[in-house]
Amino acid sequence: MGKDGLLSRIRGSEAASGLALISPTAIYAVLLLAGPLTAVLLYSVLTDGPNRVEWDFSFANYVEVWSSPIYRSIMLRSLTVSFAVTVVTVLVAYPIAYFVSFHVSPSRKSIWLFLITIPFWTSYLIRVFLWKVILGYNGVFSSGLEFAGITSGPMSFMTDATSAMIVTLAHAYAPFAILPIFVALEKIDRSFLEAGQDLGETRLTTFFRVTLPLSMSGVIAAVLIVFIPTIGDYVTPDLIGGGKFPMIANMIEVQMLKLDNKALGSALAVSAMIIVAVVSLIFLALNRRFLGAAK
Amino acid sequence: MKQGPGLRIYAIVYLVFLYAPILLLPMFAFNNSRVIAFPLSGFSTQWFVAMWEDEQLFRALRNSMIISSSTAIFATTLGIFAARATTRYRFPAKGGLIALIMLPLVLPEMIVAMSLLVVLLWIGIPLSIWTIILGHILLCTPFAVAILSSAFQSLDKSLEEAAYDLGEGPISTFRLIILPLVMPGIISSLLICFTISLDEFIVAYFLGGTDTPLSAYIYGQFRFPARVPAMLALGTILVMVSILLLSIAEYFRRRGLARTGAKDTGGFL
Amino acid sequence: MNVTLDKTRSDLARSDMIEFQDVHKYYGDYHALRGITATIKEGEFFSLLGPSGCGKTTLLRTIAGFEGISSGAVMIDGKNMARVPANARPTNMVFQSYAIFPHLSVEQNVGFGLRRDPRTSAQKTAAVAEALEMVGLKGFGGRAAHALSGGQRQRVALARALILKPKVLLLDEPLSALDKKMREQMQIELIRLQRQVGITFILVTHDQEEALVMSDRIAVMFEGEIAQLADPETLYRRPNSRKVADFIGTMNFLPARILSETGDVVEVEAQGFGAVTLTAEQCTASGNDSAGAMVGFRPETLTILFDGQTGTDRETMGVVTEVVYYGDMTYYDVRLDGTDMPMRLSMRNVFGRPVLDLGMRTRVAWAPGALVLFR
Repeated sequence: MGKDGLLSRIRGSEAASGLALISPTAIYAVLLLAGPLTAVLLYSVLTDGPNRVEWDFSFANYVEVWSSPIYRSIMLRSLTVSFAVTVVTVLVAYPIAYFVSFHVSPSRKSIWLFLITIPFWTSYLIRVFLWKVILGYNGVFSSGLEFAGITSGPMSFMTDATSAMIVTLAHAYAPFAILPIFVALEKIDRSFLEAGQDLGETRLTTFFRVTLPLSMSGVIAAVLIVFIPTIGDYVTPDLIGGGKFPMIANMIEVQMLKLDNKALGSALAVSAMIIVAVVSLIFLALNRRFLGAAK
Repeated sequence: MKQGPGLRIYAIVYLVFLYAPILLLPMFAFNNSRVIAFPLSGFSTQWFVAMWEDEQLFRALRNSMIISSSTAIFATTLGIFAARATTRYRFPAKGGLIALIMLPLVLPEMIVAMSLLVVLLWIGIPLSIWTIILGHILLCTPFAVAILSSAFQSLDKSLEEAAYDLGEGPISTFRLIILPLVMPGIISSLLICFTISLDEFIVAYFLGGTDTPLSAYIYGQFRFPARVPAMLALGTILVMVSILLLSIAEYFRRRGLARTGAKDTGGFL
Repeated sequence: MNVTLDKTRSDLARSDMIEFQDVHKYYGDYHALRGITATIKEGEFFSLLGPSGCGKTTLLRTIAGFEGISSGAVMIDGKNMARVPANARPTNMVFQSYAIFPHLSVEQNVGFGLRRDPRTSAQKTAAVAEALEMVGLKGFGGRAAHALSGGQRQRVALARALILKPKVLLLDEPLSALDKKMREQMQIELIRLQRQVGITFILVTHDQEEALVMSDRIAVMFEGEIAQLADPETLYRRPNSRKVADFIGTMNFLPARILSETGDVVEVEAQGFGAVTLTAEQCTASGNDSAGAMVGFRPETLTILFDGQTGTDRETMGVVTEVVYYGDMTYYDVRLDGTDMPMRLSMRNVFGRPVLDLGMRTRVAWAPGALVLFR
């Protein structure tokens, strides 16, 4: 039932008070996010001059981005890596979320969640570098195996840079995937499952026919939460890939800063965002029947 | 639900996988060797000493302290405004404004950083600690809003009405009733924003100009293999500080729940 | 409950404390209060009674100042409250959730409203102690608010409100969160408290038993309107509509045909009862349009006559179709001769007297003066 806010009963309309209260934060977001994003959008249709950007409108930048084989392959690599990371991370995360939701007593759930999320709050930079140290030539893995007598010489686990990047990113984004799935699983009314078993279903069929569909909204959220930031990652391709296997973010940096092609860089950024948005929307559309069901 | 041991083993293995890289930090920070490899060469605190003697490091640390503290305070303040507005009032464009404020959570950091950079360069603002702070506030405010919204949401609405009924006005009600009850949320928000800002790299690296905060400094040092162990020592300390701050934040979150009698849904969600 | 309370009072000396003048309230398109006009007297224990969504809480909140009104006027002690905000009104409220400040002690809660009071802190401490004693929480001052039971919290809420000596105390479903025993105890407490303090109490409840027990007068509300405003006895014996009759207690209905109507007297033929003469006062209630005229009567106005008993009222016969034994009472469903539906009848159990069996035929006495004609 609606009611007037107390502040507004004394001062004026509820809408005015609400807007006034949110204005500092909203204005900040407009000035520092909406504004700059619009500027990037604008830049992308301008032209790069020798020192600065020229007010020359054209879609030439986009043409270059979409037709150049270099950019195409980088986009593709970014998509492949993100896709692989997402699949691996979500698949590995689901059983953990299930475990904490169904096999842990309520009083201990927050401790488990806390333990799972702590690594996420420490420096991402340091964690990526640690993977480099682990996987690198004569790194921790290699020297550990040699020390244990399993191998006989130093080796590198990073020769396949793409796989190394996938491992690193999956490790970093694991908690991102666990939490939404956990939340969705928690919301499932346990009496549904008991009713299913009561009617003769096995635990496995109960899972596939009841639990999994009901938790799909969490899985979808997890997919998006991992996919979107991963595709725009800078640090992992830089440290693990050694600069030889750049992804989109690294390319944007190169254009924007090193080559001072702000317009082209903007076009790259906008193109990346478009691709991400399209992939996300396709994914959401394919799964729309799961989104309505969950409360 | 019958408890199979398989899932539990999986969970524990997973946790080990999650923490393993981090556990390497103290292992090699105290290792008496310049090379990060097995076997271990004995205990040594030389890297911590080297770290301690690094003047540039302390300058970077000072920068980080200023940046992270300012970010925490400003982001939390903005978060209080937004959280209060969204939990108590209805107003037009509410959904859109919330989406805009929370947008940094789903955008790749690179895009946020580059957009901001483009505008700053265009206007001609020099890059410094302050531009980093601007970027960090943008990135941290969504977290502050999420934490504080939850805190404000768990407040019984009649508490405010009761305060009015007993003669108080809006400001004194906020001061005497609302603020003390959301204080655990505020402290949580301050600590979390501080930690996020401390660990953040992209904005710190690209928007700092000649000022380097800690994360950018560490990045630079990683290029020199000789400096790596000292950086691992620094990393060890950073991770421990982060974990400490987060544990305190979690403690306050739980205490806040106990006071208002709300239920624990587990985590900042 | 076996407490008899003196409910007789002289109305002449009491002034109007609250006056509603054609109050309307809209939430957007939703018409929540539809022309409420009523007065509540000083020193009354007044109840707003009705099902969920009838507007009773909304109406209470317009007195408190937490809701505004779309048209009409709300007067408190002769003053129009139109521009008076909630924190300046001479009312105080006990909220449904009690709204005890969890981060303060009991003492700090009760003394909260005294913050701006010019008395010295010693005087304030004394006032708090006095208020706590009045609600039966002597010595509780130092306790933390979040460690109290439901009943204790309610008393703290009462003390916190009454310490400010308001002209009107508003109570929003104060007993709904308590268990049965506690509720009955608190009902007596509230009545006692109101006598002691002497101010107007306005209670919102959906429990008709509660309203009947505690109130001097009750306003029964349905869908934003006051259906009937009267003292408990009048509401029970002479409800003015089928809706009110159904809401308060249980009422039996039999179809009736009006034979003639002259001045003060209405002749009616009621199914199962035959021809009855009713006074005009028994014939003012409105019925459902589709159902036709009915006579209504309460269960306790039918009596089972055992062998040898003679009643002074009229008599008829019936068949027992249901027996529900309650310990001190037995409820029978009896289908009277010449009727289709069984009537509910209640009898106090007398030691030594048998309980009837299903299917038995019995003599039933009924009282013409207890009938209400609904048309």
